Order: sequence, then C-alpha cells, then structure tokens
Amino acid sequence: MYNQTDIIKDTTDLGPDGELVVNMGPQHPATHGVLHLVVTLNGETIKKIEPHLGYIHRSIEKMCESLTYRQFIYVTSRMDYLSSHINNTACALLVEKGMQIEVPERAKVVRTILNELTRIASHELWIGAMAMDLGAFTPFFYAFREREMITDIMEDTCGARLTMNYIVPGGLMYDIHPEFQTKVKAFIKQFKEKVTEYEDLVTGNIIFQSRTKGVGVLTAADAISYGCSGPVARASGVSCDIRKIAPYDAYDRVEFDEVIETAGDSFARYIVRVKEMNQSIRIIEQLIDNIPEGEFVGKTKNVLKLNKGEFYQRVETARGELGVYIVSEGGTTPHRIKFRSPGFSNLSVLDHIAKNSKIGDLMATMGTLDLVIPDIDR
Amino acid sequence: MFLKDYIVDVYNGVASLLKGMRKTGYYFTHSKEIITEQYPDNRATLKLADRFKGEVVMPHDENNEHTCTGCTACELACPNGTIKIITKFDITPEGKKKKAIDAFIYRLEMCTLCNLCVAACPSDAIIMAPNFEHSVFDRSKLTKILNKPGSKIKEGIE
Amino acid sequence: MLSLESITKTTQDWLLAKFSPTMALTIECIIVILLCITLFAVLGLVLVLLERKVAARIQIRLGPNRVGPGGIFQTAADTLKLIMKEGLTPDTADKFLFNLAPFVVMMVAMLLLAPIAFAKNFQIWDINIGVLYISSVSSLSVIGILMAGWASNNKYSLLGAMRSGAQIVSYELSAGFAVLTIVVLTGSLQISEIVAAQQNGWWLFKGHIPVVIAFVLYIIAVTAETNRAPFDLAEAESELTAGFHTEYSGMKFALFFLAEYINIFIVCAIGATLFLGGWMPLHIGSWEAFNHIMDYIPSSIWFMGKTFFLIFVIMWFRWTFPRLRVDQLLNLEWKYLLPISLFNLLLVTVIAILGWYF
Repeated sequence: MYNQTDIIKDTTDLGPDGELVVNMGPQHPATHGVLHLVVTLNGETIKKIEPHLGYIHRSIEKMCESLTYRQFIYVTSRMDYLSSHINNTACALLVEKGMQIEVPERAKVVRTILNELTRIASHELWIGAMAMDLGAFTPFFYAFREREMITDIMEDTCGARLTMNYIVPGGLMYDIHPEFQTKVKAFIKQFKEKVTEYEDLVTGNIIFQSRTKGVGVLTAADAISYGCSGPVARASGVSCDIRKIAPYDAYDRVEFDEVIETAGDSFARYIVRVKEMNQSIRIIEQLIDNIPEGEFVGKTKNVLKLNKGEFYQRVETARGELGVYIVSEGGTTPHRIKFRSPGFSNLSVLDHIAKNSKIGDLMATMGTLDLVIPDIDR
Repeated sequence: MFLKDYIVDVYNGVASLLKGMRKTGYYFTHSKEIITEQYPDNRATLKLADRFKGEVVMPHDENNEHTCTGCTACELACPNGTIKIITKFDITPEGKKKKAIDAFIYRLEMCTLCNLCVAACPSDAIIMAPNFEHSVFDRSKLTKILNKPGSKIKEGIE
Repeated sequence: MLSLESITKTTQDWLLAKFSPTMALTIECIIVILLCITLFAVLGLVLVLLERKVAARIQIRLGPNRVGPGGIFQTAADTLKLIMKEGLTPDTADKFLFNLAPFVVMMVAMLLLAPIAFAKNFQIWDINIGVLYISSVSSLSVIGILMAGWASNNKYSLLGAMRSGAQIVSYELSAGFAVLTIVVLTGSLQISEIVAAQQNGWWLFKGHIPVVIAFVLYIIAVTAETNRAPFDLAEAESELTAGFHTEYSGMKFALFFLAEYINIFIVCAIGATLFLGGWMPLHIGSWEAFNHIMDYIPSSIWFMGKTFFLIFVIMWFRWTFPRLRVDQLLNLEWKYLLPISLFNLLLVTVIAILGWYF
C-alpha cells in the first residue's frame, strides 16, 4: 500500500549522481489535464519518467455496471471526450452484437460519417495542442477554426458539441439534420483549402522538423509488445487499423488507405495523423451523397437484455483501438464491463521512448502520443 | 560539397520559416478573417442549433396545459436520477379519480443532457431547449419544477 | 519647426538663465530621470498591448477590446492588478537575491537607454564608446536572470535560468559581430557618428549583401538575447511552467515582464540605429523633391517608426514559430550563426578597406 505522500516524492533530495527529480503535473501547462509525471533529470537529460495516474479516475467501469444498456452509452462519452462519438458507437455495436439487433443502412452510413468527422475534429485539436506544446501558438487557432465547423455540424445533428450521445443501440437517436449534407460538403471544401496552412506553418517548418524528426523513436517490435495502437503504432509500421481488420458499420464498403509510416519518430506520428485526416475526408466524400433513405433506428425491445455470456467489440478511435468487453449474466445491466483504452497503452511507452532525451523532446514525444487523460484514467 | 550542403541547408531552413511568416502575415493584414464572436454583445443575433441540448423543459400551451401523464418513463430512463416525479390524484368533472403530476422535479445540476428522458417519453411532454445560460448564485435554484403552477394535463392524453 | 532638439535647447537656456549652472544641471538630471521612468512605464504598457493586438490579429482573434476604446487601457488595468497583488517570497528562497533580481534586470534595461539617440541631437549620453557600452551592459542582464533562477529555490526556475545563461552568453557573440560590421564600416563606436555616417543612405542599403546578412543575424541574435520565441527557452511554458520567474508574483513579476519588453525596445532601437539609419529620414539618391518631403517628417517619428517596425518583426517571429530545443539553440549559434558572422565580418572588412560601399 502506498499513500499519497509516497507517490509525490521528496524532491529536495538529489540523487547519487546529482539527479534532479521534477514533478511535471498534475498541474502543468504541457501535460494537458491531470497527468502527473515524475521526471528524473540529469541536467536537461531525462533519466526516468514515471507516470502517476488516478487524478481523474471516476470509476466509469463500475458506474456502467449499474446502468442499463441504453443508459451506459452516455458515460463513455466522458472517457475519451475528443472521440466521444466513436466510444458511443463501440458500445452500441456491442449491444447490437449481443442482441442481434438489425441496424438500418441509413444509421450505419450516418454513424460512419460522424465517426470520421469526430476523427478529423480530434486530430485538428491535436495538431493545435501539439504545436502549442512545441511553442507555436498560432496553429491552434487555425485548427480550431476548422474544428468549429465540425462541432457546428455535430451541434445541428446531435444537439451537443462534445459529448454527443447520439448513438443508441439499434441506430441513431433521431434523424440527421436536413442541412447535414450541405454543411458537411461546405466543411470538406474549406478543409481542403485550409489544410495546406498546416503544411506551411507546421509540417514544412524547419524548427518543427528538427524538433520532431528522430525524437521519441518507437520500433515496430516495441509498439507491438507495449500494445500500442492507432496512429502511434501505425507510425512505427504496424498495421493495426480496426476499420480495415474488422470493419464495422459502413467501413467495409468504402475505399480508404491505412496510413502507415515506418520511421516511428514523432514526425512520423504527426504525418500519420495529417494523412489520416485526408483519408477521413475521402471516406466522407464517398458516403455523403449516398446516405440511403429509410429508418434511422432498428426495431428494438423496450427493455434491452443481453444474453448470458461474454461480448467484445473493438473500434478505431482517433487515438487507437478501443475495446469494450462485457460479461453479461442475462440481466438489464452488465455484470462486468471493461474498456481497453488506447491512451493507457500509448502512455506506457513514454518512459521507453523519451528516456535519455532532452526535456524539450519529452514535450514533442508526449504531444505526438496524443494523450487524453480521462481516457487513460477512466 | 560540404559547403554546398551547408548553404542549401541554410537556404531551405530560412525559406521554410519565411513561408510560415507569409501565412501569419496574410492573416495579420486580412482583418475579415477574424472569427471572434463577441458573445454577450451578439446575444440578440446568436442563433443556437434548434436541436441543441441545453436543458429539459416542459412545454405548456396557452391554456396552461401540458401533456405529461406522470408515467415516470423519463425517471426510469434517466441514468443519474435527475428527474423525480411526484404524482397526485385529480378529481375529474365526472367525479373519477385520475392520476396526474403534482411536481416534475428536474435537477439541472445533475443532468448530463443525454436526451434519454426525452427519447423515452411516450407523450412528448418534455423536450430539450437550447438554453445554455444556466449560471445562478445559489445551487438550489438549479432544482426546477417543470410543470407550471396550476397547470393540468391536456384533454385526451392518457 | 518644433522638434525635440529645440525643446531641449530652450529648456536648457531657460534653466541656465534662472539658476546657477550646478543647479541647472541637477534640475536637468531630475527631468531626465523622470522622463526615463515615464518612458519606461509608457513603453511597457504600449508594447504589451501591441504584442497582444499583433498576436490576436495573427491568430484571427480580436484581442483585448473591453477596457477603454478598442482595449487601449487593458494593460493599464493589468498593471493595476499586478500592483495590488501580494508579492510573495517563497519560504526557502534566498530572500535578498530573490528580491534583488527583478531590480537588477530592470536597472540593466534602464542603463541601456543612455546612449540611444531618440531624435536629432536628442540623446542622454553621447558616449564615445556607445556601441561597446551597449554590448557590455546588455550582457549584464543574464546576472539578474541567473539570480532569480537560483534564489527561487525552484527546479523549474533553476533550469530556466541555466538555459538562459547558456543562451545569452552564446548569442552575445553573433550580436556583437553583427554590430562590429557596422563599426568597421563607420570607423567609430559613437552612436551619433554612426547615425551621421548614414546621412546619404542607410547601411542596410549601401552596405551590400554583407550588411543585409549582418542585419538578419542581428535580429536573430537579439531575439535570442531577449528570450523571445522561438528562443524563449528560459521561460518555455510547456516545459518549465514559467522558467526563471515561476516563483515571482505581483509587482516583482511585473518588473521582469516590463524589463523583457524594454529590452526588446532597446535592441530594436539599436538595430534601427545601426542598420536603418537611426533618426535619419529615408533619402533616395537624387530624388530631391522626395528627399525634401522626407526631411519634413520629424526625426523622432523616423526613429520610432523604424524601431516599432523591428519590434513588429520580432513579434511576428514569436507568433509564427515553434520553440527550439536547448541543444538545437546552441547548435544554431555555434554551427551556423557564428561561422557566418565571422565570415561576414571578414567580407565587410575587405569591402571597407577597398571602399566598395557607396
């Protein structure tokens, strides 16, 4: 057992080699939320990083066990709040799988479009935050301008900007907004114009490149053994896109490329995300004109009861593979629920890849891991 | 060769920096690109999405009538106990006892705006309203009674 | 024509007529001190507001626009807030050094004001080693920063101060070399003579490419020397929260903040003096009419215009670029800027000896 005072180390002592122990976080401008890193430094060089979690633990898994299968979906929006739509989809898919609910085509396509919009929004925010970590403030505002268009679309259709809760088991909560298609098309147009700005400001910038190239290199073997997923693993050359491996919703009928880089450094992770946004646009373009008419929600029973057994569903969130695992005893609530969050595994490589680099590199590495703390802690 | 690489390095580096400065310079000189919305000033023209989930309200018509039957479907659907319905028995003109709501208690401070209650309502008695200016000085003001005083259920709703 | 020169002359004549020479000198000193302090306060307020406005425009925002028309009193309100805040001293800090540090930084900034020629014949102290004086005094500010970082007894502060130390000491070199190119061309260290040498054209235009290179190097080096982004490693907020002034609050923090902006003003003023002709108006060859019109604009406006242009460029840097890493920062200086400036100085010397400038 340890208590809180043990976790926060006595930082007045210097180590045997004059090492400096610095607490980064839980209140620190770079850790985006309440991540607490105990960093052992030798001068500017990092010797060891120990992440401490638990500052935003809300026991979401336990909460979900007391909620019905309709109710527990909204809680998952609060895990990875930047891809809340995708979290909701994962839960809905699991319940649909467990109860063999038929989902109408219209709902499937709309879900796919919204998932990809969420992914773009998440990556936009990430670009801004990442540039901010590296000291460039301006790209943040440019990225938010485009993200704002997505949140407006979400607001129109789902009624909320961040924690949507638009997906229900069997389909969608209500039909899409009449202007949904025109607004998405307008967004695609603006996005294609403005995405070059990031190239000018960030991608091509010599300072940005020298800050990220060769920094925080993660090999493919390490990525697999640490259980990394999403853009972090794909930047190391690991093919792990759930949308390709186990297609759900409408992903099996759209064409898109799984973006894979092989360098494994922070720059590769950046490039993967930028290219992923373009792929998301590609998916949306294929679907936006082909939303089938029909019902938006399938026939479901009033009270949802999962059969006795174990169920698992994985989806690709903006950060990687999100797994939802439910043990059902046949009642209206899950007996046990477990989320396999992408952020937790991605955070665990931080010590491995940021060791023996400079403090500035830690920011670049941590930034490109795209950590969302409520996702890690749940 | 070394010198040439060195000069090319310097040239490319400077060029990439100038490219970025051109972009920010463009925005500096083009004030029409400014996207700031001056919120409290633009209240009159501010238009929220009509589906925006701001709070749960119970619409009343001009006769001060609502359509809530007090079936507690919303109370059951709510994941975090935001809604509490207290029922009473009205005496109809025919002298029969009829179940009606006494108070529809809605605790905004606990509400996560998930829309499940609205989706569960069989008689569309409650809707989500696009109000978002919820700040008050006293927490108890967030506990609201949605049915207006003296209101009664619309004819023909069971 | 009313100019700063005539005002100073009238004031002096009047003082000499009224008082004894000693008394007149004392009063003049007091006036100069008061003017300096006022200039400091005004410059601080104006520059902070300018920075926020520039940042806002670049970031497609409006910036401060609530306090006063267009937000012009925003910084005054901020200052008021900072004055009223408690100036906290940490328990384990070295209290004497901790409280001394902001004043050291501030004093250095004030000392640097002395040899700057604000307008024609309007200069506090036209010392014959003007440029040398500036170079030597400006390197003192690192002591204040180191003092602050050490005395705070905070690891972030210490790291920030050490970074700042390495940075200022390194970039002092290329700034010095860039200044030297002009000294070589002019043949004098005196500010007034450097300005006078640009009577028929600014050094930037008549010094060929080497001076342009020196100008670019100077801007980069002083950006680093004043701890501005992309070289703001000493206070890199995503890495070290606030660097050397993490523990400072209230007016002591305000002094650091003010000193940063005054330093920017000073280095830009020096840059304008050396490369852009100081208070000299823009003259183009034989366009007599044009030159004549330019002469009508007061020299102080010319000086301020050039200085503020350079300040804007430095702000533009800050809001465009990401921050460098600490080893890259030193690489840039020792592997790129220093060799280039050494080579450039050689080139300028050759040009100066052969008389190849206009």
